[in-house]
Amino acid sequence: MAAHATYAYDVLVVGAGGAGLRAAIEAAKAGVSVGLLCKSLLGKAHTVMAEGGIAAALANVDERDSWTVHFADTMRGGQYVNNWRMAEIHAREAPARVRELEAWGAVFDRTADGRILQRNFGGHRYPRLAHVGDRTGLELIRTLQDYTIHLGVTVHMEHTVVTLLVDEGHVAGVVAYDRERGRFHVFAAKAVILATGGVGRAYKITSNSWEGTGDGHALAYRAGAELIDMEFIQFHPTGMIWPPSVKGILVTEGVRGEGGILTNTEGRRFMFDDIPENYRPQTASDPDEGWRYTQGDRSARRPPELLTRDHVARCIVREIKAGRGSPHGGVFLDISWIKSKLPDAEAHIKRKLPSMYHQFKELADIDITKEPMEVGPTTHYVMGGVRVDGDTQMSRVPGLFAAGECASGINGANRLGGNSLSDLLVFGQRAGQYAADWVRTQPARPLDDGVVSGAIQQSLAPFERGSTAENPYLVQQDLQELMQNQVGIVRSHAEMSEALQAIGALRERASRVGVDGHREYNAGWHASLDLDNLLVVSEAITRSALERRESRGGHFREDHPGQTAEFGAVNIMVRQVADGSMEVSRVPIPPLPDALKQVIEEQKG
Amino acid sequence: MDAVFRIWRSDPTTGAGAFKDYRTPASEGMVVLDAVHRIQADEAPDLACRWNCKAGKCGSCSAEINGHPRLMCMTRLSQLNLAEPVTVEPMRAFPLIKDLVTDVSWNFTVKPRITRFTPRPPDGADGTWRMAQRDIDRVQEFRKCIECFLCQNVCHVIRDHGKTDAFVGPRYLIYTAALEMHPLDTADRVTALKKEYGIGYCNITKCCTSVCPEHIHITDNGIIPLKERVVDRHYDPVMRFLRVITG
Repeated sequence: MAAHATYAYDVLVVGAGGAGLRAAIEAAKAGVSVGLLCKSLLGKAHTVMAEGGIAAALANVDERDSWTVHFADTMRGGQYVNNWRMAEIHAREAPARVRELEAWGAVFDRTADGRILQRNFGGHRYPRLAHVGDRTGLELIRTLQDYTIHLGVTVHMEHTVVTLLVDEGHVAGVVAYDRERGRFHVFAAKAVILATGGVGRAYKITSNSWEGTGDGHALAYRAGAELIDMEFIQFHPTGMIWPPSVKGILVTEGVRGEGGILTNTEGRRFMFDDIPENYRPQTASDPDEGWRYTQGDRSARRPPELLTRDHVARCIVREIKAGRGSPHGGVFLDISWIKSKLPDAEAHIKRKLPSMYHQFKELADIDITKEPMEVGPTTHYVMGGVRVDGDTQMSRVPGLFAAGECASGINGANRLGGNSLSDLLVFGQRAGQYAADWVRTQPARPLDDGVVSGAIQQSLAPFERGSTAENPYLVQQDLQELMQNQVGIVRSHAEMSEALQAIGALRERASRVGVDGHREYNAGWHASLDLDNLLVVSEAITRSALERRESRGGHFREDHPGQTAEFGAVNIMVRQVADGSMEVSRVPIPPLPDALKQVIEEQKG
Repeated sequence: MDAVFRIWRSDPTTGAGAFKDYRTPASEGMVVLDAVHRIQADEAPDLACRWNCKAGKCGSCSAEINGHPRLMCMTRLSQLNLAEPVTVEPMRAFPLIKDLVTDVSWNFTVKPRITRFTPRPPDGADGTWRMAQRDIDRVQEFRKCIECFLCQNVCHVIRDHGKTDAFVGPRYLIYTAALEMHPLDTADRVTALKKEYGIGYCNITKCCTSVCPEHIHITDNGIIPLKERVVDRHYDPVMRFLRVITG
């Protein structure tokens, strides 16, 4: 029997962070009807947390920059397992996406001659990040939000999707519930764009908000799409570690971009002790050269604190394990030292890093203009996600698109800071454009009533079991503990095999969770429904990480510490097979076209 | 040590509510939102609380703590007297949905009514503009707003007089100020400020400024300069006379 849809759109966008909003804008401008589902209120998505900036080769600060340099930097940072087509498109189109934000009202910091200012960031050869102090994500999301509200997009706030509806292999719509009333709604759509962000909530220490539960990853997986690169998790080197309640909150890489240094308890700048060969020609030989680089001296090379995030995170872990960590089990990040270099250092720090100043002052009683911060790695970003076509962002499920963090390809094994906001804009725009094109050729599809009522029934099952059953919060905490300890920064076959068993046991427990009370805004019920998605992504991460028997980027195996050519030629892919189990395979990476190969060669050294 | 949190609980079907006390351990560095999460996990999984980033950047967890409108994620227990129960209530200016969660949807209906950003043509052939940093400092201050709606919550025009039909509230006056003072913007919102946005209702008690978690000088830097523009156009007797004779 056909189900009756509460709402029907040509294009339904799931997620209202940077990628979702940008996709909705593009689809609406193309003249199709657009619905936008947000898990939170509009404008609260995790994109607001992005601090450092948007990477785009505008060449406003250093005219030597161009899309080719940005492309080569992205591939080098990703250790060459990126989808090179996406890396190319991203580098070429990011400048136009940033300029259009200005036309929509964004107010970026300025150069002396009045253009958009760009700052240094890890792995980027030239100052490339357009920014607004250290609150660039807020500026981006507010600009897109304020633009979207005049385009006729229908926004459904505080709605969470529980399942994708598929008809003859094509996307047909979604079933979602609203948090406020706990009611279910059926949305018919000829195309669905997933823009649901990351999976950080699978880990105990994370910079991610509660929304990062891998919803898009799991929805796509269950609908038959493939996930790739799930072993590549970015542990951001600098999260807050003290006091315990703020553990994991991000400390922007911008602190290091502005001259901040990492030291151990002996006062040593340990990053100078371990500089990878392929970055040595671009790295400062002494602290003075590094300082001059951060102050815009174009003849200087970057300090080792601005090496890629995977490397810096591992160096920090090494210092802590060697007993040279700070009192609360991290290392020191010091920006206050620049007062020996700049006369107005205090005002300078407050101007360049206002929200960091505020964050440490309010949450940790630390004045970062006067004393060092204590920092340690925090789960920040998943490079892996839905496997999509590089040009159109469509998955292997016809009509199902993905953009931003929940899609995969552009970042390879490690994402460069600043490439996420540009990724959201470039591929959000493309997903919106191609989804709008797609729906013009598609009929409306029937929605299967049995699937709809089955999904609703399953979602309501925790109420039937009641609060004497398993506590959803405890299951989530145990999963986070497991992933943190056994599938974290340093991994091994033995620990991950155990983790896989444990995930199976947690799935058992998750099937028994129960809650009491009303359906209106019931936090425990929402936590119960998130569990299934967290378990899918945790299993995908673990299985993919077991399969990649080498170390590369965000994936480090202590039992396979080196890189191999064999794994450099493949992406690890998972998908659901007929019996419901997760199948792992290796997908060869298509050969680089000669022109791009040449770009990479030219930029080496 | 333990602390007692006196939290507003409501029945969403009847709207009736009462305070309920929860005892939970208080450790170093904890914020009120941590305590609420702990209470959810330990004894009240259905306790409704809106939150997102837990870092003071998204503006979701607004509430009234010991009577003061604040973000729960930025209120440390060390700032509170834990010898007494800590009361946590929903924002009072908005309709209650459940427990600590209110219906703030009215706010989202206001913004589309304000004339959108309307830039002058690009300065360069490449489609870009030039702006000096000193000319955007003020606008950047206003754009720090995280839309927590605490200013709307304490504004007596909204809270006590319910003038949501005639007055947009401090959040949207600041939004308007950011547009009016944007160096590239060419639209004119001065008459609308008087006639549609209701700026005259604001009598500068500065309650909004005092609760802003981003420390935006809402009244001094935003509303007062806008009021001056409105006065210059609509209440200047010389200008008024000139308009009469020149049509």
